[in-house]
Amino acid sequence: MKKVTQFLVFSSLFISMLLAHVSVSAQNIKPDEDNAGLTLPKGFAALKVADNLGRTRHIVVNKQGAIYAKLERLDNGKGVLVLKDTDGDGRAETKTSFGNYTGTGIAIKGNYLYAASNKEVFKYALNDNGDIVDENAAATIVTGLVDKGQHNSKSITLDNAGNIYVNVGAPSNSCQEKDRTKGSMGMMPCPILDSAGGIWQFKVDQLNQSYASGVRYATGLRNVVGLDWNNQLNQLFVTQHGRDMLNNLFPDLYDTTISAELPSETMYAIKKGDNAGWPFIYYDHVKGKKMMAPEYGGDGVKTVDDKYINPAMAFPAHMAPNGLLFYTGNQFPARYKNGAFIAFHGSWNRSPLPQEGYYVVFVPYENGKPTGKWEVFANGFSGKSVVKNPRDAQHRPCGLAEGPDGSLYISDDVKGTIYRIMYQK
Amino acid sequence: MQRIYLTFVVLFLFIAGASAQTNNKLVAASIARGKTVYLQRCMVCHQADGGGVPKLNAPLDASTAVNGSDVSKLIKYIVKGFADRVEIDGELYSNAMPAAADLTDQQIADVLTFIRSNWSNKAGPVSTLQVKQTRSKLK
Repeated sequence: MKKVTQFLVFSSLFISMLLAHVSVSAQNIKPDEDNAGLTLPKGFAALKVADNLGRTRHIVVNKQGAIYAKLERLDNGKGVLVLKDTDGDGRAETKTSFGNYTGTGIAIKGNYLYAASNKEVFKYALNDNGDIVDENAAATIVTGLVDKGQHNSKSITLDNAGNIYVNVGAPSNSCQEKDRTKGSMGMMPCPILDSAGGIWQFKVDQLNQSYASGVRYATGLRNVVGLDWNNQLNQLFVTQHGRDMLNNLFPDLYDTTISAELPSETMYAIKKGDNAGWPFIYYDHVKGKKMMAPEYGGDGVKTVDDKYINPAMAFPAHMAPNGLLFYTGNQFPARYKNGAFIAFHGSWNRSPLPQEGYYVVFVPYENGKPTGKWEVFANGFSGKSVVKNPRDAQHRPCGLAEGPDGSLYISDDVKGTIYRIMYQK
Repeated sequence: MQRIYLTFVVLFLFIAGASAQTNNKLVAASIARGKTVYLQRCMVCHQADGGGVPKLNAPLDASTAVNGSDVSKLIKYIVKGFADRVEIDGELYSNAMPAAADLTDQQIADVLTFIRSNWSNKAGPVSTLQVKQTRSKLK
């Protein structure tokens, strides 16, 4: 009995030491003097965990604090990076890599890491240290997804019931007979929707699933890059890149200013079977209406009121929401808990107006719903006060992840910088 | 005899100079018209600085193909569009280039002349005749 008590005392001491270590770690880590070049709300600080990694798309942090980053272009033949902070200074000292495929999506659920190419999803077992057991033993759980170049990145998230959700972006702007061609009308029905333009659901424990064995969980989503499972609401949320080029394709109906400001970028709360309406509609956040697309008879005035779901939140046009994360940590002030961070990659088709985005926003939630107001949380990635041309942006935010201590991690896919944001009062 | 020869040389130089000047004026007018076409039809993707969009839309500024001597290839891209997934100066671009077959021969010549002489590009003008000839072979 004495032994048992001794064991309990020791183990609880050990556990509390561990917890203490985790909870104070962000306070002890010294941020970069210039906050990694970022502008943040009062009390927040930032550092560069790593730099010049290549095209780091989505990222995930394991329980031990190691970062897994998916690369869009291979680095020495490898497509997944593993970054570790071995001395506790918040910066990564070691970098290893594995996987011979490019892609975007990466996620951890339980003791497994999931990583996506532009056609497949692979699953790797993790050991108790959060390391890959055997990087050559990837199980292909999903295969054969559409990859035609345009909108081909696959993002992934998992629920708590053994399912994985994969976006399949439409290889098209608006399902025109001739893509992005002036005056070309929309195909009816839109044949793309059979295998793209939606979210597909697969089982985590089955191999080689594809369209026949998966479920088209939601459709009418042009190109989703950010998606996250909201554990508080037990629901899938996605961020869609809205259509481009209203003016160039239909100059008689839309002027360049309208084309720069519309359509909205949108976040949807998804239920199984939902249809968000692409390519038949686009969302206008100024009017608060779903508008009939010009390829399908729209004129900038006609609305579509039934059939399709409304967004949970809408944002200005073309900012490219590439990363979505519901914050569940305790490090940040209470108002951030269960709210959404969105990484906006930044626009390209707002010219002649200046480009927009290139920052991370926060969407406050109350009672499981967004308040409707969003705020820029982290800015300064581009290194420019105004981005006129996308190639001028030094960094572009892409992926988001939460660390075990509640720090927020942001990836950049221009130079391959990983940022860590901490609250230090 | 020598005087006659000299007169010929002077006359020749004068005519050559005048025609070069006329030519410069024509090219300048073509560039001005081409800029209008560019702003309406090309800029949204290829951008005001001709830099394109990394990974999506190919840059025109400092592009090997744009500055190259094979003008017929450029004419074809505009008339027929370009959907192949190929590396351009070491980079892949995922958006397809739509065909702009509604542009006239002169508009295509103008916009190419504008593109080939703008930003850091220093390639020669494209004539309406070149567009006409290339286009007739495409049909």
